[in-house]
Amino acid sequence: MIDVVETTSTWRRLSPRMLVIHPFQEVVRAAPALLGLLVAGTSSGGQGQWWSIGGVGLMVVLGMLRWFTTTYRITPEHVQVRRGLLTRKVVTVPRDRVRTVDVTSHVLHRVLGLARVEVGTGTSERRREGRLKLDALSAAEAARLRVELLHRSPVAASTASTASAASAAEISVTPPAGSMPAAETELARMRPEWVRFGPFTMSGLVTVGVVAGFVSRLVSEGNVDLGRVGPIQETWRWFSAMSLLLEIATVVLVLVVFVSVASTLGYVLAFGNFRLTRHAEGTLHVTRGLLTTRATTIEERRLRGVEVSEPLLLRAVRGARLSAVTTGLRAAQGAQRGGSLLLPPAPRAAAVSVARLVLPRVADAASDSSASGASPVTVGLTAHGPAALRRRFTRAYGVHALVLAALVALWLWAGLPSWTWLTAAALLPLTALLAADRYRSLGHALTSGYLVTRWGSFSRRRVALECDGVIGWNVERSFFQRRAGLVTLTATTAAGKQGYQVRDVDLAEALRLAAAGTSGLLDPFLVEEQHISPVG
Amino acid sequence: MDTPTLRSPQHRVSRTAVWYWAARAALGWLVLLAAQVVWLVADGDGDAWPVATHVTALVVTAVVAVAHVTVMPQWRYRVHRWEATSAAVFTQSGWFKQEWRIAPVSRIQTVDSERGPLEQIFRLANVTVTTASAAGPIKVSGLDRDTAQRLVADLTATAQATAGDAT
Repeated sequence: MIDVVETTSTWRRLSPRMLVIHPFQEVVRAAPALLGLLVAGTSSGGQGQWWSIGGVGLMVVLGMLRWFTTTYRITPEHVQVRRGLLTRKVVTVPRDRVRTVDVTSHVLHRVLGLARVEVGTGTSERRREGRLKLDALSAAEAARLRVELLHRSPVAASTASTASAASAAEISVTPPAGSMPAAETELARMRPEWVRFGPFTMSGLVTVGVVAGFVSRLVSEGNVDLGRVGPIQETWRWFSAMSLLLEIATVVLVLVVFVSVASTLGYVLAFGNFRLTRHAEGTLHVTRGLLTTRATTIEERRLRGVEVSEPLLLRAVRGARLSAVTTGLRAAQGAQRGGSLLLPPAPRAAAVSVARLVLPRVADAASDSSASGASPVTVGLTAHGPAALRRRFTRAYGVHALVLAALVALWLWAGLPSWTWLTAAALLPLTALLAADRYRSLGHALTSGYLVTRWGSFSRRRVALECDGVIGWNVERSFFQRRAGLVTLTATTAAGKQGYQVRDVDLAEALRLAAAGTSGLLDPFLVEEQHISPVG
Repeated sequence: MDTPTLRSPQHRVSRTAVWYWAARAALGWLVLLAAQVVWLVADGDGDAWPVATHVTALVVTAVVAVAHVTVMPQWRYRVHRWEATSAAVFTQSGWFKQEWRIAPVSRIQTVDSERGPLEQIFRLANVTVTTASAAGPIKVSGLDRDTAQRLVADLTATAQATAGDAT
């Protein structure tokens, strides 16, 4: 099945079907301008439309050139991509540096049976050259490439691909049983009832933005006068007849309904068919998406921890999201962007149990002693004390006071309506709630080989980072932190966001934590101080 | 109860660094002062601003500049410290925002030494130690050239001795 000898050293091209995709994509992107042309006809408007059509043509030609200039090959040691028209460039990645493989198919790709492959490497992650992107290969080729790159021994690889071919047949849902060789174990799968978390993801806000952008481009580039469209006129007349309060209520209601519907739709499209499986060769495999399908493979020995994120709304309905902290993947951004997602917004309990299955040390500990209390995702955290609490309040109220002062000044000298600063003043109690919640979120712990830190209110995150993955420590304190006796401790790591902070923690506690996290590293630099006072 | 606290790293940077920092700061201020003088000359009639305002601004800038150029290097010299053992690199920096950085030698990826034109005049060099984490580079500036060379040699030798890719 995998013929390594055959695949060496010949340069291969991307799928020729990409030649169809490029023109189509560009046309879709220019849709508002083209639509405008159709609606308004060629007589009205200026030269603008012709310019944008010329631009579309240029982009199509450039896209096609990309196909002719890009080739790739896989040798026993390296993955290489050659690209560029004027400056030829060869990107070479050693195969043993491949950490993750991400296979994405957009709708159009799927219609034509294509998939985009992105190869993530560990060390050069922040420098752009470290990433390899092949846009796009045939779906079969992409799947083959994934197996080839991550499952190194060709024998194991071929069994793996047979296993995944037969994976439609369900395999047990229990944690990895040693008795089942070269198979995949399902760790989690989408449940229909999770859709209830959809409205709380707020991903619909993006849709609102996209729709607004489309409409505004239609108006400006297509010269469409919205005021002349019948239904819109009617609605506007009905709307302006209402009182101000009712108007606000209507707008809020419409927005809430629209965002909820769009968010739910987005949730279903992005996370439908979600599956998280573990392959016996030591990889985690995430597949998801109804229209755009995405398959991410993460090498398990590169997994350095997990991040549980609970945005405020999701937290209110006891939901949480789980993502991987691993080398070779961009840190997760937003609800669905990052390839490091391990579980979409789901009940907190589900996130906790998946985290337990995924974190290697915890899984071992649980199977050894069946004691399940010490999971880094559930363990109780050490609070940061009254000084940190005071700091949360001073910071929250400091910002609020600045905003208030600015609004009052604008009201006094620039004629800003008075309700702006009155509203800001009325929100003062909410700031207290925010500060208190931000303090409640703050916490840290060190349990079964993991450093755990949690922070944030609007977007509360809890990161469990393997101590072996901690490279070094940065201890920072600003002038104000120094007066409060606090520091911010950053554990630097090659995984995820590269550094994870324990914010506003007592200096002595920070040092104790760092010393315990990396044994021996700090000892030569520590001294005991008899009296408790911040050093000068 | 005894509480652990960080001691300062052992070594200070080169004494010459004080002059280097002062020279660098002075150059920056000279550019600003020159710009102000040019403006004063160009605006000779005092159309935009009265001459008195120009002169006041000039004097204020000069006073701040002198204060910065004299105080900052001394202060920085007192707070910038570094230390490299066979196990770890440890630095301290900052005066308004203090920072300590610790990285184990076994996790070092690259050791760079750099000399800018101004640093060359003062026979200084800086050393940057990077790890696999983008959040963890450690920079020691204002070392004299020999110390910097020795530090680079030591660190590379120890780092090479450890196996693995240090992620």
